[in-house]
Amino acid sequence: MSEGHPHEEIRQERSPYAARIRAMETLLVEKGVLTEAEIQDRIEYMESRSPANGAKLVARAWTDPAFKERLLSDAKAAARELGLDPTHEAELIVMENMPDTHNLIVCTLCSCYPRAILGRPPDWYKSFEYRSRAVREPRAVMREFGFEPPEGVEVAVHDSTADARYMVLPMRPSATEDMSEEELAALVTRDALIGVSVPRAQSRAA
Amino acid sequence: MAFAPGDRVRVRPAEKPGHVRTPGYLKGCPGWIEGVLGRFPNPEDLAYGLSGIPEKKLYRVGFRQTDLWDGYDGPASDLLYADIYEHWLAPEGEA
Repeated sequence: MSEGHPHEEIRQERSPYAARIRAMETLLVEKGVLTEAEIQDRIEYMESRSPANGAKLVARAWTDPAFKERLLSDAKAAARELGLDPTHEAELIVMENMPDTHNLIVCTLCSCYPRAILGRPPDWYKSFEYRSRAVREPRAVMREFGFEPPEGVEVAVHDSTADARYMVLPMRPSATEDMSEEELAALVTRDALIGVSVPRAQSRAA
Repeated sequence: MAFAPGDRVRVRPAEKPGHVRTPGYLKGCPGWIEGVLGRFPNPEDLAYGLSGIPEKKLYRVGFRQTDLWDGYDGPASDLLYADIYEHWLAPEGEA
């Protein structure tokens, strides 16, 4: 960045992976397997999903106990109630953090993630390091994210190995009684929805 | 082989080449049936363009972390859950 060449070619354009993906894309279009429009639709679909959707679900669950029950029993139906589109062939399961249980999500086999709700996972979620260490030493991993479960809290790791995708419902932080649903949603980070961290009331307090 | 929540199971220590949905670190490990997720086309066949039929029953299986790792750095109450297809599970005493 210090060089400051605004028109410099984007680094990813030169990577062998990007070149390979472009070659595959070109071949698929040439052979009529996919159209450019279908590829563009798919990109737009993914770009339209973000952790803000998960935050919206969490904030509603914090303020509406009946909604929370529905979110925990049928997460896709609950998402539709809020105007989200959770359509995906895999199940969607929300795991609730409790005073005595903290949940952490990983996919050791690849990078399964509730994309229909949250969009693309962060790069670290797909790294070999996270995928191997989250199951082997979840507490050390969380410490590196700045979170240590309080004494007496059990850690439950969920390895998304098959046809279910997992999202964490964090606990509502204390001293947030006066906050609106929108303000509460702003406390819910992507990391908290994966479980490597928890929402903190102070982080956004004015 | 059908299982019910609470049943003690063991992940089969089988070797199967190619696309499998049972991670190696769980093979041979004891656990219990936490829940039943339903039936799904077998992803280990879908990956090769096959139909995935007959569908396979998928279970949420719970494990104690201390049963998975030597020298696990955390309380004995820490748990791990994974979703395991029926053909990878056996009653705990049999596998």
